[in-house]
Amino acid sequence: MNIVVCIKQVPNTTDVKIDPVTNTLIREGVESVINPFDAYAIEEGVRLRERFGGKVTVITMGPPQAESALREAISLGCDEAVLISDRKFAGSDTWATSYTLACAIRKVGSPDVILCGKQASDGDTAQVGPGISTHLEIPQVTYVKKIEEISDNKAKVERMTEEGYDIVETPLPCLFTVVKEINTPRMPSLRGMMKSKSAVITKWLADDIDAEPKNLGLEGSPTRVVKIFTPPPRKGGEILKGDGALEVAAKLADLLKDVVI
Amino acid sequence: MDYLLNEQQKMVRDLARQIAQEKIKPVVAHYDETEEFAWPIMKILSDSDIFGIYIPEQYGGLGGGILEMCLATEELSRACGAIALGFAGTALGTFPILLYGSDEQKKKYLPDIAKGKRLAAFCITEAEAGSDASSIKTNAKKDGDYYILNGTKQWITNAGEAEVYTVIAMTDKTKGPRGASAFIVEKGTKGMEFGAKEKKLGIRASATREVIFTDCKIPKANLISKEGMGFIVAMKTFDNSRPGVAAQAVGIAQGAFDAAIDYATKRIQFDQPISSFQAIQHMLADMAMQIEAARALVYSTARMVDAGIKDIVKESAMSKCYAGDVAMKVTTDAVQIFGGYGYMREYPVEKFMRDAKITQIYEGTNQIQRNVIAAHLIKETKK
Repeated sequence: MNIVVCIKQVPNTTDVKIDPVTNTLIREGVESVINPFDAYAIEEGVRLRERFGGKVTVITMGPPQAESALREAISLGCDEAVLISDRKFAGSDTWATSYTLACAIRKVGSPDVILCGKQASDGDTAQVGPGISTHLEIPQVTYVKKIEEISDNKAKVERMTEEGYDIVETPLPCLFTVVKEINTPRMPSLRGMMKSKSAVITKWLADDIDAEPKNLGLEGSPTRVVKIFTPPPRKGGEILKGDGALEVAAKLADLLKDVVI
Repeated sequence: MDYLLNEQQKMVRDLARQIAQEKIKPVVAHYDETEEFAWPIMKILSDSDIFGIYIPEQYGGLGGGILEMCLATEELSRACGAIALGFAGTALGTFPILLYGSDEQKKKYLPDIAKGKRLAAFCITEAEAGSDASSIKTNAKKDGDYYILNGTKQWITNAGEAEVYTVIAMTDKTKGPRGASAFIVEKGTKGMEFGAKEKKLGIRASATREVIFTDCKIPKANLISKEGMGFIVAMKTFDNSRPGVAAQAVGIAQGAFDAAIDYATKRIQFDQPISSFQAIQHMLADMAMQIEAARALVYSTARMVDAGIKDIVKESAMSKCYAGDVAMKVTTDAVQIFGGYGYMREYPVEKFMRDAKITQIYEGTNQIQRNVIAAHLIKETKK
């Protein structure tokens, strides 16, 4: 089975602070880690390979330092790693990012399963996974909490919902974004760590992945960030008082009648 | 301090530290209370290849040496000296096979031990034979293609949980110290039973039991080396495992120190953190110096063993004796720094003190170690 896992290197958010002047993340001196949800995707990819055989290729789009995230992924069991890094990708929003990753995945070769973490802890959009599947024109299932079975180019998975979960059957190839409930990521192994030290990371530029230049970077990003601000703290609500529950309930009903839901 | 470790050693240390801090530390109090054997942690160590670090590559290990074994033991002990014994006690039980086993025996037993699929235990101590190891009564009588074992071993680490046991038993009483032999006995062999788990002051999560042999029949292929080699196998085993006990002691001391300095910088009395008082500062300084000195002795000894230097008996004894005494002193001081809170089981530091004590006692009491060191020192003057 050919498995591709897409990961992102992010700042370790427990450390991060916001610059009060620019309202952006202060990234200097902050440790970079594999995006927490992607760790679950890596673990699921490795488990699928252990179950069905095949290969796990981990890819990331990022600056050169993102190589360390790929090496960590190898120590956790991934077989091969690809870094897509080019100045031309600077300023990419989730649309351009997912386009770029889709081009890279096409070059890696026909995967059966693509795994992504639900969302990145710095952007929090949860859009890149679905974006990749759209660009590749393959189905997607998001918030996957269990891959129950895979057979005959079909997969049966549990998709988490607010009330519980759905059981979804999908043809392969398919892209899954995973939630924390799906597994417990393993510790690295010594053999894995030794392998990651000596591993050769494939590195691709924009030219290597057959991408349309106008779809890359800032030019390829329809999203415009107008402003980032910390929302004002929520004020306390209104406390309804009355003589007993019935009177308060009547007051509440009156208020609700006026509210357009 | 930079210990000038190579890449592989740093990898072992960093991984053991990560496992200790992320996986062991959160469950230390639980296992100390329930005294259960921490099988889930053994699984993590097994999946991470930790069990195989000191076993040669041809037998499924990673080909590291005693220093790597010590680094892992120290980091694991920094979180819990008891849980670390699942690994370190297995190393002790494996050395007889590693040092004196035949190729067949190594092929049969080492791969599973390297993978962490089977744990090991070393059996020499008896009720009437502690420091006086030559007084053991467990005997092995040759009977055709078998040996029949009879006797009871006491206070065996990992007993009942391990599957591979290396046992020292008398094969010829008339030959005195040359009359003992070393055997491999597998759990499940008819005639091998385990006593109840001992209730201990410390290292409570480590399984300590009697191993009872009653007409236990083992194939003669399970004899390690030759008849009469028993005490030589035991002594050489201890020479290799003592740095490991020393590393356990250093780890326990370090764990206690980490807790103590953290507490001292946070505890406010007389409007200031207690770390601003010289009495506390001098204690911390002394503790840190003792730990570094003990660590230096352990690493130097381990490097000597790995370099193939033949006579490391004195250094091995020094590292175990000194580190054990340091662990007791540092953990006692750590409790003192915590004051009343140090006495409460709710706080982590009293466990370190309870755990440290055994490092002065087992694998040769520190009194025996001093005998050994002095004997070597005097022998050296006669050269």
